[in-house]
Amino acid sequence: MSLEKPYSDIPGTVIFDADQARKGYHLNQFCMSLMKADNRTRFKQDERAYLDEWPMSEDQKRAVLTRDYNRMIELGGNIYFLAKLFSTDGKSFQYTAATMTGMTQEAYATMMLNGGRSPEGNRRVGEAPAKEGK
Amino acid sequence: MARITAGVATSHVPAIGAALDNGRAAEPYWKPLFAGYDFSKDWIARQKPDVAVLVYNDHASAFSLDIVPTFAIGCAASFQPADEGWGPRPVPAVAGHPELASHIAQSVIQQDFDLTIVNRMDVDHGLTVPMSLMFGQPERWPVRVIPLAVNVVLFPPPSGRRCFELGKAIRRAVESFDEDINVQVWGTGGMSHQLQGPRAGLINREWDNRWLDRLIDDPEELAKMPHIEYLREAGSEGVELVMWLIMRGALDARVRTMHRFYHVPASNTAVGHIILENGQ
Repeated sequence: MSLEKPYSDIPGTVIFDADQARKGYHLNQFCMSLMKADNRTRFKQDERAYLDEWPMSEDQKRAVLTRDYNRMIELGGNIYFLAKLFSTDGKSFQYTAATMTGMTQEAYATMMLNGGRSPEGNRRVGEAPAKEGK
Repeated sequence: MARITAGVATSHVPAIGAALDNGRAAEPYWKPLFAGYDFSKDWIARQKPDVAVLVYNDHASAFSLDIVPTFAIGCAASFQPADEGWGPRPVPAVAGHPELASHIAQSVIQQDFDLTIVNRMDVDHGLTVPMSLMFGQPERWPVRVIPLAVNVVLFPPPSGRRCFELGKAIRRAVESFDEDINVQVWGTGGMSHQLQGPRAGLINREWDNRWLDRLIDDPEELAKMPHIEYLREAGSEGVELVMWLIMRGALDARVRTMHRFYHVPASNTAVGHIILENGQ
């Protein structure tokens, strides 16, 4: 019997559940390793070589190298672990969130100042298209 | 006997801590947010709690994916601010209360809540940002803290019902502790926010405020809300709000609302804050 996942129809959202955590274990633990300054230095010196020390899939490694956060999340990454990676790059939560929405950081920040992304049209896949801000 | 006098709940957005630590609290972006805590600082200076049971979640700081406890209670004498990847926050170490923490652990395990006992851990922004919001920037924190870490990162978190009942069990535990001390329970995290994917930036002001109304007046029913409603209405990270139900469960059925504040945005997040007192 498979796990019940009533959240699979929420648009633009991957819930970090047991299946995702299993897929993403090494990806997330790699991110965790970046909490140590020595590891950050080694990673920055040669990202590919550092990644090759981890039993991650080629897809996961490629997503890290290209900083494709949506892809990392799809492949089992969790945002709080991925935070160690974008912090290593000197980037903020808001910058990273913006890149995942396809918006510029400026447009995203403006949307937040205007009250954020409305839940209207964003509750279920197939609803009327989302309006940003409100 | 020890008694629980009040509950405090607040969001724990890391950018709030960074704004304070970097001297940016008076900037136009942050000023209205910090103003929402002016009452709270005066209030807590008058209340002088001896201990806060501080319910929060760790964000891949103390717990990696190697070990993921659903409920973990900190029984140590002190807890250091965690290095979350950019150095620890410049805030004081957090003094624990090992006697009361151990007493709560033993009592609630005997009430069927299987807590994980932690004797060494660092505490991240989930715990230290609420401290900063309530106390500002003192040399030493004026309260001892029992950290209660709840897993809300790896789905599923504990249910709202389970959290609410744990609050009740913590209250029974505190009230059976012999020392005459003033204890508060704090719930942190939330309110609506989503940090990941194309739906990042979701905020649901109406839903958040209805949720606050029900937290005050109808918590038993609110505790039955399934996770899917949090995820759909309040964003993938909005589910942190179940932690507020532990605070609410530790209070009387009827409470006095001393303060209520709501503000959008802090970075990606809707900030909620509430102070409730037991009514006797």
